[in-house]
Amino acid sequence: MELNQFLILSAFIFAVGVYGVLARRNGVLVLMSVELMLNAVNINLIAFSAFNHNIRGNIFALFITAIAAAEVGVGLAIVLLIYRNLRSPDLDRVEQLKG
Amino acid sequence: MWEQQVVFWLLALAMGGAAIGVVRSNDVVHSVLFLIVVLAGAAAQYILLAAEFVAWVQVLIYIGAVVVLFLFGVMLTRAPMGDDGARLNNDQRGAAAVVALLIFGVLTALLVDAFGGQEIRFGADLVAQGRPQAIGSDLFRNFVVPFEVLSMLLLAALVGAVVLARKD
Repeated sequence: MELNQFLILSAFIFAVGVYGVLARRNGVLVLMSVELMLNAVNINLIAFSAFNHNIRGNIFALFITAIAAAEVGVGLAIVLLIYRNLRSPDLDRVEQLKG
Repeated sequence: MWEQQVVFWLLALAMGGAAIGVVRSNDVVHSVLFLIVVLAGAAAQYILLAAEFVAWVQVLIYIGAVVVLFLFGVMLTRAPMGDDGARLNNDQRGAAAVVALLIFGVLTALLVDAFGGQEIRFGADLVAQGRPQAIGSDLFRNFVVPFEVLSMLLLAALVGAVVLARKD
């Protein structure tokens, strides 16, 4: 199989994730789009790991998985806090930091 | 080799469609279900690339833990469901689509230019490299310090999430 078919699939999922982060208002959905982007990176790493016959790609993918889990935990706690303070999970209502 | 191609394209189509479903669906729970399809498809792609251990970690941690966290998030923030979907999107969808298309186009052009026509060579050594034994011995031989730092990061994230989400 060609290396490129995996890389282009991963590029597509990354681009969809970027669209989600920019176009979604709900905090939970923004975090889900971030997960899409992290997964695209993982596909890339595994594809290069197989291409170069080098195990390091697998190990980096494991690290990214663990960091993604930590990120979701803290991110959802923050969204929960926003919901509790503003009565809405919408991120564009967080404008108190505007000068 | 053509069987692998058939499996790849079936999975790729499912993943692409489900990824679009995640960002376009008008129901948060449907988005979570689409996300499960993308994550499971990614795990299947890892199997296709002979990364067996990472595939099962993906199933356990992403589909098992992260998706459950998302469902808890949906439940606790009372996200709008059903036909209330207009609240889920903001008014910069056009600009976001342009940015996403630009990123995809530039990345694709770059990848075709850089790696066009290069094949992945499959063999017994690739399968052995994806096994837990090989990954464990490389992880604990060469990556002990990053591994410990990662455990501290997970602990800090755990404590931080509890402190943030506690009611008082």
